[in-house]
Amino acid sequence: MSIRIDQLPRDKFIMPGTAACPGCPLLVGLKQVAMALNGKMSLVIPAGCSSVIPGMAPTTSFNVPTLHVPFASSPAVASGLVSAARIRGNNGPVVVWAGDGASSDIGFAALSGAAARNEDLIYILADNEAYMNTGIQASGTTPWMAWTTTSPNGKTEDRKEMALIMLMHKIPYVATASIAYPLDFIAKIRKANQIRGFKFIHLYAPCPPGQKFDDSYTIKMAQLAVETGVWVLWEYNQGKLTISPPSAMYRDKAKRKPLSEYMKLQGRFAKVDADAMKIYEAKIDSYWNTILKLSEIYR
Amino acid sequence: MSLDFTKYLLSRPAPGAAGKTGTWRTYRPVVNNEKCIKCGLCWLYCPEDTIDWLEDKSVKIDYDYCKGCGICAEVCPVKVIDMVKETVV
Amino acid sequence: MQETIQKQTRKVLVGDHAVAEAVKLARVQVISAYPITPQTLIVERLAEMVDGKEMDARFIRVESEFAALASVYGAAAGGARAFTATSSHGLFYMYEMLWWAAASRLPLVMAVVTRSLGPPWNIHDEHTDLMAIRDSGWIIGMAQNVQEAFDMTLASYKITEDPRVLLPVAIGLDGFILSHTAEVLETPGQDVIDSWLPPRDPRVPYLIEPGGEPITMGNMVKSDSYHMLLKKMMDDSMSEARKVIQDTFNSYAKLTGRNYGGLVECINCSDANYFVVSMGAWSGDVLKAVNDLRMEGYRVGMLRIRFVRPFPEEEIAAIASSAKGIMVFDRDYSAGFGGVLAGEIMGLVPPTVSFKGVLAGLAGVDVSPSDFKEAIKGFIDETEELGPMRIRKEWLMPRMGGE
Repeated sequence: MSIRIDQLPRDKFIMPGTAACPGCPLLVGLKQVAMALNGKMSLVIPAGCSSVIPGMAPTTSFNVPTLHVPFASSPAVASGLVSAARIRGNNGPVVVWAGDGASSDIGFAALSGAAARNEDLIYILADNEAYMNTGIQASGTTPWMAWTTTSPNGKTEDRKEMALIMLMHKIPYVATASIAYPLDFIAKIRKANQIRGFKFIHLYAPCPPGQKFDDSYTIKMAQLAVETGVWVLWEYNQGKLTISPPSAMYRDKAKRKPLSEYMKLQGRFAKVDADAMKIYEAKIDSYWNTILKLSEIYR
Repeated sequence: MSLDFTKYLLSRPAPGAAGKTGTWRTYRPVVNNEKCIKCGLCWLYCPEDTIDWLEDKSVKIDYDYCKGCGICAEVCPVKVIDMVKETVV
Repeated sequence: MQETIQKQTRKVLVGDHAVAEAVKLARVQVISAYPITPQTLIVERLAEMVDGKEMDARFIRVESEFAALASVYGAAAGGARAFTATSSHGLFYMYEMLWWAAASRLPLVMAVVTRSLGPPWNIHDEHTDLMAIRDSGWIIGMAQNVQEAFDMTLASYKITEDPRVLLPVAIGLDGFILSHTAEVLETPGQDVIDSWLPPRDPRVPYLIEPGGEPITMGNMVKSDSYHMLLKKMMDDSMSEARKVIQDTFNSYAKLTGRNYGGLVECINCSDANYFVVSMGAWSGDVLKAVNDLRMEGYRVGMLRIRFVRPFPEEEIAAIASSAKGIMVFDRDYSAGFGGVLAGEIMGLVPPTVSFKGVLAGLAGVDVSPSDFKEAIKGFIDETEELGPMRIRKEWLMPRMGGE
């Protein structure tokens, strides 16, 4: 099902004048979610940038029903919210829009629990790769060697692979996405919305102040991540795992753009020297290897 | 009386929930409408929803709220958006 | 609405099962609770009722107490009538969510089967856990017997959903002493309850649903003064709750013939000049002591606290104005301070009135009617002889075991 940009709804699902940083990837991503669902979803948002971005009560920038909730609670709150909706005969989508802090760390248990129950939710992990709202501290998805305020010499631990973890929860739909590939992301959301059960989409949303790049490069960074092979776009749909079209050519290592093109634009990787780069490339190769093998297993 | 708290506890959508964010700008995007190919990418990627993609596929920027991030200029495939330095009023 | 007492069914149930029965009769739609002794029987009975189609509800098997409260909170935000239950450590695990739920002004009911806190691990009764949430914005009641555990759980829905209140309600019942003790109770019929407690209006106070009105709850507030105002509004609703609680139990009494009062129940109080204050199941033992002392000529009455939040300020002040002495028994302990009830009550008692707060029965240590009698008699005799005392904290220690 191909989508054309001019067919996407032009409603203001997010009103201008938000509190977000200029060039914020979360706004780009959330707008795409709203476009995919025509604004007909309700949102559950745990503590994070998206708690502050909508501006201040009694006004909000978000033009959809939204429940802001404590940091660790969003998957559990959403489980109750969707239960109530279904009891009322409302089959519309309940979407959790959560950051990497809420998902991979403090809210990990709740995320795992909701997935284990196969709750009828669309869970979007909007990943800016650190606790950005509190001023750039390392999270479970912060990549190896990234500078943050709690890892000034570069993060020593590797990141958690959230999408693979969720795959092992036996939920019907798991995918990765990037804000630079909106048609791919929107198609995935729409596909997920057709399925009853827990749907998980890991969205790469690179943050200018947090990852230390110019705020006009947000989309460029999300694109380079895919073009260098750092971020792999794939989709698991009820038994079948496929590499998504924008990432397909990069299974061939030779076709990937040099990793340095992605790293050198981000101040958080300033300390990554040639040796570390080699290790980094090996990590990327290893991930590709895992994903390609999984695509063979889930055929 | 008893449900009065909803006036303060609930929020309703409106533009400018964080104020007139156009004042944050140091650079403003200026579109060369003659050369614009009306692809809509700037509208698609604008984080702040300040670019309208009109019926005739031309674009219009709301400078009350545009933060001047420059994404539109960066994604424009034909580079017809210039980031022009804001002058002192 | 019925004005006459309706036919009720007589049952023998343990406290936990009585609570589950009330949840069923209240037609709760979403249940989520994480097992913890001694609340487990509630969870199990409810799961049984849902799976056996005795109840038309969604039972969410959550991974923690935090998720339990979070999910019933979500259900309430989505317009459903919801229930959870917990104890002690579980209650503390959901502490953050408790405050969030209350300030969100959503109707919710939670049973707290009171239990002491470790270390050491201890599953026996203590009121400290229930008292520890008294600042959170929850309305807090405590039952004395299995009948009241049933009645209060049921009535809590009428209280919490009242537009003048819209604060969640926690009902405490003593761990093991009530939760696992079988007593006789009477339950009204489903149809009687249906007309007394209609389905919840999902739009009150607000409804978050897909495709619904684009409202937001919880984003940051423009001015801190709005936040402070919201707290004042909560306080106003707590004040309104006093009347709503009284009215609710009055109308419930019309159906059942049972009325233990509003925020407090005062027995043998009309001609009493000494009052003993207590809360929970051991109030039955206190009453036995009080009645024994009456036989010996002491003019003593028992004030049983049914609701500690909203704080029964007027009722306490009323007895304080006419009393010669007030004694408070706390089955809870606030470290570095003493008994919570004694601390909250003492401020309303003038120094001309004798006062003693006694800390007893922690961790389920038994306090017998004769222990109570001895303590109360001692207090009264000493006051009569030496004049008013003012002791906020005195430990009534048990005989140490194994010595």
